[in-house]
Amino acid sequence: MSLSVKHLLGIRDLQRQDIELIFQTADQFKEVLQRPIKKVPTLRDTTIVNLFFENSTRTRISFELAEKRLGADTINFSASGSSVSKGETLIDTVNNILSMKVDVVVMRHSASGAPHFLSRHIQVPILNAGDGINEHPTQALLDAFSIREKLGSVEGKKVAICGDIMHSRVALSNIYCLKKLGAEVTVVGPPTLIPKHIAAALGVNVSYNIREALQWCDVANVLRIQLERQNTPLFSSLREYSLAYGVNRQLLDSLNKEILIMHPGPINRGVELNSDVADSGQSIILDQVENGVAVRMAALYLLAGKKQDLQ
Amino acid sequence: MKTILNGKQLAITIDRLCHQLIENHLQFENTVLIGLQPRGIYLGDRIYETLKKLLPGTAIHYGKLDITFYRDDYNKGKTLHVPSETNINFSIENKKVVLIDDVLYTGRTIRSALDAMLDFGRPASVELLALIDRRFSRQLPIQPDYTGRTIDALISQKVRVLWEQRDGKDEVILVD
Repeated sequence: MSLSVKHLLGIRDLQRQDIELIFQTADQFKEVLQRPIKKVPTLRDTTIVNLFFENSTRTRISFELAEKRLGADTINFSASGSSVSKGETLIDTVNNILSMKVDVVVMRHSASGAPHFLSRHIQVPILNAGDGINEHPTQALLDAFSIREKLGSVEGKKVAICGDIMHSRVALSNIYCLKKLGAEVTVVGPPTLIPKHIAAALGVNVSYNIREALQWCDVANVLRIQLERQNTPLFSSLREYSLAYGVNRQLLDSLNKEILIMHPGPINRGVELNSDVADSGQSIILDQVENGVAVRMAALYLLAGKKQDLQ
Repeated sequence: MKTILNGKQLAITIDRLCHQLIENHLQFENTVLIGLQPRGIYLGDRIYETLKKLLPGTAIHYGKLDITFYRDDYNKGKTLHVPSETNINFSIENKKVVLIDDVLYTGRTIRSALDAMLDFGRPASVELLALIDRRFSRQLPIQPDYTGRTIDALISQKVRVLWEQRDGKDEVILVD
């Protein structure tokens, strides 16, 4: 069995069987990560380059750890301090790196569609680690994997994606992934942070009331407010946003039901999520981080195995 | 298609293999059994159940090991191997390990299994039990310590081991 795609550019391109294959493989990698020796020699003949044109901490570390646990050789590239700052083009940068016999590219870029553009010019598998406000496929996979782990399955579950939907690649990938797996999705946030036609385009429910959305859902995936992507302010102040849409203990206690709390990180504590929720037993944020390594190992394993087909 | 072992012969063979294991390992205090995924576990299950009947009250450790991530051909074929479950919830450190697989052919699976097993600890010794030994087909210097049946088969032929719980009947067949 193999993935139906040559690159993992987004969840939109995947079929449900692909997602289930990734989960099935990640289950076994999760077992590997519980062993005293957490490393397997599977990708020992593979060199992977992590091209990070945009800042990242957890995703880059998670990928690097996944690659090392698979026995691959890794090269880390960050745009700052590289020839990109001298005006080198993306294709030139990548072609130079690939000339050094790299087998897989993991790429993060601030421009939406950058990995798609690259996939038309290079022959090795590309794994999108986040492109602009488009997609972040491995984050969506690890989120759905974490829901499946905690609730037994994703099918039929109600998931509220809360906050800055407009600027979130995590939200878009999550919507694709959850819908493909049979979950019901509601996006909730201020009207200025929810794209106008999202309900018709993606088949999700829209709510502007956080209490109603939390009362409805089994899982709340709370997103970071991405102030760096807002050219003009889309709400009056962080304090006002926190009061209207922040998830806090008082709000959760008033629901009379237990829901799972997720967050892709990094958290703006006290803004979209309060510490008394983020650090509570309801929160599976650290499970998400742990599962991220297993899911990325699975994605790399399945994509690196496709390299023979590409050559 | 030719039958190598019918259901009755398979039961007798498994019984004999269990007695051979008991002869060498007595009460299994320092011995653990590990069935190799995906197909060796059916034989492993059968051996484990038979040993429990033959040695009532004896604690026998039995685990399952998947070797997918240790294969030397993981991306050489048309499709990737999908991993199966590994479940070894005991220590193999300084234990006598008996690896169990249904068919021993090139020896590459066992090579991978040895690698995978060593990530769980350093055993005192390792033995190999195979239901069918396709001799003269080895690509690595690996031989079984316990053999159900030794056969000579052409490279073009396949040995299929059928199990009651999976295939509806117990039988070992040679397919052209």
